[in-house]
Amino acid sequence: MELTGSQILLESLKLEGVDTVFGYPGGAVINIYDDLYESSINHVLTRHEQAAVHAADGYARCTGKVGVAIATSGPGATNTVTGIATAYMDSIPMVIITGQVPTPLIGNDAFQEADMCGITRPCTKHNYLVKDIRDLARILKEAFYIARTGRPGPVLVDLPKDIQVTTHKFSYPDKVSLRGYKPTYSGNIRQIEKAAKMILAARKPVLYVGGGITLSGADDVLLKLAEQTKIPVTTTLMAMAAFPQRHPLALGMLGMHGTFYANMSVTECDLLIAVGSRFDDRVTGRIDSFAEKAKIIHVDIDPTSIGKNVATDLPIVGDLKDVLGKLHGYLNKKPELVEDLVEATEEWRSMISEWKERHPMTYRSSKSVIKPQFVIEKISEMTAEDAIITTEVGQHQMWAAQFFTFREPKTFLTSGGLGTMGFGLPAALGAQVAYPDRQVIDISGDGSFQMNSQELATLVQYKLPVKIAILNNNYLGMVRQWQQMFFEKRYSQTVMELPIDFIKLAEAYGATGLQATKVDEVEATIKQALETPGPVLMNFIVSREENVLPMVPAGKAIHEMVLAS
Amino acid sequence: MKHTISVLVENEFGVLSRISGLFSGRGFNIESLSVAPTMDTDLSRMTLVTRGNDQVLEQITKQLNKLISTIKVVDFTGGDYIERELALIKVSTDAESRAEALRIVDIFRAKVIDVTPKSYTIEITGAPAKINGILELLRPMGIKEVVRSGPVVIGRGAKGVVA
Repeated sequence: MELTGSQILLESLKLEGVDTVFGYPGGAVINIYDDLYESSINHVLTRHEQAAVHAADGYARCTGKVGVAIATSGPGATNTVTGIATAYMDSIPMVIITGQVPTPLIGNDAFQEADMCGITRPCTKHNYLVKDIRDLARILKEAFYIARTGRPGPVLVDLPKDIQVTTHKFSYPDKVSLRGYKPTYSGNIRQIEKAAKMILAARKPVLYVGGGITLSGADDVLLKLAEQTKIPVTTTLMAMAAFPQRHPLALGMLGMHGTFYANMSVTECDLLIAVGSRFDDRVTGRIDSFAEKAKIIHVDIDPTSIGKNVATDLPIVGDLKDVLGKLHGYLNKKPELVEDLVEATEEWRSMISEWKERHPMTYRSSKSVIKPQFVIEKISEMTAEDAIITTEVGQHQMWAAQFFTFREPKTFLTSGGLGTMGFGLPAALGAQVAYPDRQVIDISGDGSFQMNSQELATLVQYKLPVKIAILNNNYLGMVRQWQQMFFEKRYSQTVMELPIDFIKLAEAYGATGLQATKVDEVEATIKQALETPGPVLMNFIVSREENVLPMVPAGKAIHEMVLAS
Repeated sequence: MKHTISVLVENEFGVLSRISGLFSGRGFNIESLSVAPTMDTDLSRMTLVTRGNDQVLEQITKQLNKLISTIKVVDFTGGDYIERELALIKVSTDAESRAEALRIVDIFRAKVIDVTPKSYTIEITGAPAKINGILELLRPMGIKEVVRSGPVVIGRGAKGVVA
């Protein structure tokens, strides 16, 4: 049967198992939207194309499925760029469909024309301009395949308007044939055996785990391996939920705002086992003193991540699930040696326990003013650590990572690599669409929230009961903190002079607004929010000049922390 | 250190910008780049010359391989290979210097491909060093224009680079 390009698109989405897309209509995608009108695919209309992409991203992060967003050509398409770059930096599987001006007009500076393949080349895993209807089904098949395999990432398909209305016989390919794309899944067994030997010989080993662990679905096998070997686990921002933070082996986050004990463990370890992490500068601090006493094993599916920032003693390219599974299996066959390892590393673990006791993750509590950390502890406690948490970017994001006790993978959705303010609300929207019955909470700052606050409308329209906790200090807090610490308190353009009435803002959209200004109101506010149906915004007026600590100043080694007093 | 790398890529729309964008976006330098389709018309072969230490070159090679459009990357540096570049040189000549110019052309096994009363246009192929050599000798006569293709390379021996 002959189908139009836009029908081919929708049929292909169905065959890829896509039941929900996020988007925003426009002239260059009007045919797609006409076909969506009667389609079984559920479309969520956001109020901005950037939010559509973040929502698809949030949906992808909490489900593991490929997120799909649609936008029109020109400004619609360029609005998606921040969302795409956010997903690219965190390796999130996404397919973004943008409309394009008709093929005969491409390059003519036509109305609402933008060279999207050119613009998104450096922030997509791959992109396509469909120039011939005969290529469309193949391109969509490849786009989904590329997005979800190997190191996942966003793929953009730019679809000109004339292709959307041209008809062609629809046949969706079973397989892809990409000569230049064959990710390595299976880890080299010799390298894995070498890794096992290095682990067995270590006396101060640490597992340094990144977002790849969740992308690979290797969270379970990581837990097994850690418990088998009793090796302490420090997680990056991207992996906070990948390892139960109540676990005795959990060291929490490392790096610029990492725990004292995580940073000390990495500094003092003799073997650093990096899995699905990429030695980001926010993790390493001054690179030449990062884990300088340690041999480094680095496991990653992306060869470019290995040896990029630090020299590796043992590289292993492969899927973490495969590699850690084989490693666990190999060690299972040597129970005596593993027992020796556990015994020989007893001293190391007690050294770490001492660090934990000396400088636990803490803050100075207050009875007179709401501490932002206190709000997060309360949310953690009152949701029984069972909520899906999203964040924006800044101080509140770091406090969420430090003080929410994560226990289940895919429950902490945050923009780690790109650090995109305005990510959290639309990501929460996407997560709530994926899991209508779960508790989804966006932890936000007053600055970040205003970057995509229009999405309150989407929450109300679709009856999505997302709860928003604004830790409101009326500052751009993280930049203010830097200005306080390194620029003699010259608060240049970080004071949000205008006090916004967030309750009225919520109510204007038809959501519920709550406010807490005193410490003893915090619990009641959270309780009321959790019990109120529909979207609720909580505005917590917090201590204004609270700092995120510990902090490793830029250019310092990670053991040179400024600690909470 | 200088490296000469061959890259087999899909012969498709935008592939050159993927490669050049990778280099500019990641701060790698390109000294020269030449591209043309191969026997298999679905593929193009690029030869590029770049500089960097071992760590940089490792990243360049890995990043090139990571592109979906890249089929194969071969760094010829340190191996046994033949390198050739084509140059077209327009040199000023007068009655006095014409004979000398021809002698130089002869010594370098180059060719004169266009003649006017005031100029010779010379074609030469060879390793980049050889082209630098003839340019050095022709310079005193007055070089009006030089067009160089950038080097292309092929490995020695019976084995070829295939996709």
